[in-house]
Amino acid sequence: MDAVQTLPPATYGLLAEFDSPTALVAAARRTHEAGYRRIDTFSPYPIEEAWEAIGHHDRRLSLIVLAGGLTGLLTGLGLQEWVHQIAYPINIAGKPLNSWPQFIPVIFELTILFAALAAVLGMIVLNGLPQPYHPVFNVPRFEHASRDKFFLLVESTDPQFDRAKTLDFLKGLDASEVNEVEP
Amino acid sequence: MINPKPAAYVPGPLIEPGHTFGSITDKIGGVVLTGRTPLSWFIVVSVGFMLMGGLGLAVTWLLIKGTGIWGVNIPIGWGFAIINFVWWIGIGHAGTLISAILLLLKQGWRTSINRFAEGMTIFAVMCAGLFPLIHTGRPWLAAYWLFPYPNSMSIWPQFRSPLIWDVFAVSTYFTVSLLFWYVGLIPDLATLRDKAKLKPIKIAYGMLALGWRGSGRHWQRYEHIYLLLAGLSTPLVLSVHTVVSFDFAIGIIPGWHATIFPPYFVAGAIYAGFAMVLTLAIPLRKIYGLEDFITLRHLENMAKVTLVTGLIVAYGYISEAFFGWYSANKYEGFMIWNRMTGPYWYMYWTLVMCNIVTPQLLWIRAVRTSTVGLFMVAMVVNVGMWLERFVIVVTSLHRDFLPSSWGMYYPTIWDWMTFLGTIGMFLTLFFLFVRFLPMISIFEMRTMAPDAKLSESEGH
Repeated sequence: MDAVQTLPPATYGLLAEFDSPTALVAAARRTHEAGYRRIDTFSPYPIEEAWEAIGHHDRRLSLIVLAGGLTGLLTGLGLQEWVHQIAYPINIAGKPLNSWPQFIPVIFELTILFAALAAVLGMIVLNGLPQPYHPVFNVPRFEHASRDKFFLLVESTDPQFDRAKTLDFLKGLDASEVNEVEP
Repeated sequence: MINPKPAAYVPGPLIEPGHTFGSITDKIGGVVLTGRTPLSWFIVVSVGFMLMGGLGLAVTWLLIKGTGIWGVNIPIGWGFAIINFVWWIGIGHAGTLISAILLLLKQGWRTSINRFAEGMTIFAVMCAGLFPLIHTGRPWLAAYWLFPYPNSMSIWPQFRSPLIWDVFAVSTYFTVSLLFWYVGLIPDLATLRDKAKLKPIKIAYGMLALGWRGSGRHWQRYEHIYLLLAGLSTPLVLSVHTVVSFDFAIGIIPGWHATIFPPYFVAGAIYAGFAMVLTLAIPLRKIYGLEDFITLRHLENMAKVTLVTGLIVAYGYISEAFFGWYSANKYEGFMIWNRMTGPYWYMYWTLVMCNIVTPQLLWIRAVRTSTVGLFMVAMVVNVGMWLERFVIVVTSLHRDFLPSSWGMYYPTIWDWMTFLGTIGMFLTLFFLFVRFLPMISIFEMRTMAPDAKLSESEGH
């Protein structure tokens, strides 16, 4: 057995606070350029430049929604063909059993329904929600993240993270305040 | 002679100047998190709740006695239930138009009105959905006609019927509208969680917010699917009223069997819906002092949409009359003539006054920018659109091909109690929403604040 016990990290990371979206985006860019990768931004409304600055762009949701829509389409088609040709064939006004043009509305609705469900559930799952607890909530100032302030988090698991050096680095980024995040 | 050039028209602001992220949050969040509820709220909710009591009574009696308590008969087998269903579902359409189509068209002014318009959609669809459910008389036995599930009789719904298309269209519409609304609410629920002072309130909003923390990675996925949902809702909303119109157009009754029905119904739905948004927005901004966010420019824009869709509806009426004559079919011709001069002539001409003549006032800017004038026009349109459905349903059915089978339709007290009851249900649900959830999207309003713009060096 290894004699060295891995201690839990004393800190989850460092959280820098900014007053404006411009300052946040500038800081996020410089932090990313400095080589930090386990970083995140927090803002009270979506800022496209902010997630671009930390090099994040997840395109998987497009495929998930497409898959959801196709599943809905096949479900609608399969259900109606099965019902009218196999399970319960019935002659209505002499129409053929496979009267597919009349199946289009239900196929369409199910395509939309499945795609929308895939979109919302996909977003929730990929975002790791619901997650009522997160260490950033330990910082009292963080309640401004849903109001009027902007935050940048550098996680302690980042290979480049060094408490003193990272703290100095963040302070040099025009942050109005830098707080340590308890795990 | 010198003809002075008219001053260039400058549209008003979408948000009054001087607002910051904090002031927007406090103003909109404050409506929910205050201990004080305006007196007018209690008045509206008590009236709504009283009417809803009538609905409970009417539905109970219906379930005991059956649909014989209603005014429906042969030949008018479809009465208030379908009239009210179509009226309510149409009202819902404006909410989706505002939240989805105007988002895709990058209409910034939608931001102040999309949240409560979406709420309106959901509650209107709930009211609409009640009618097809109760008009079966014994809804608990009706499930196997409506939904495909394996049952002990081994029978399945008839997917060739527009009524089944309707079941799928309306239930999909309700589900997708609810998802869209909830997704839009998540960041605002997080704001309320952080802003609330009392622990139980914090926990309640916190649970609903799913632990949202405004992470950039989350926002990217959020914005991605928000746009996709808008893209999915746009064809959906157009399909819903198209399918509703198929309920009529697939039939062979003169007055229903018309190819103009789908576009004419969709335009009518948006028309009715915008009138209802105005009906709700004008008192709300007054009661809660939200004139800074729902400005005259918003009201004016909505008035313009109402005017345009009203003109499309007018075109629909003219087409119907034209087809009646041009078809050279005596039943079609008789139908439109009977509609204009038969026993229900007053309904038809009141409808023309409400839906075609009165909205022409909206050409005048003084009317579009007067809250009282606009409110009155909107109320007239609400009534007119209900009359439209009455005329389509009743006058087409009451005198069909054989004079020996003609009849008249008179709604009973139970019909009226049910109809007014759904208005009460709508008011109750809507005002509960206004009390407990932010009626304007807080996070989207923040993007409208002057501070939200990135300065030159960082923006793209």
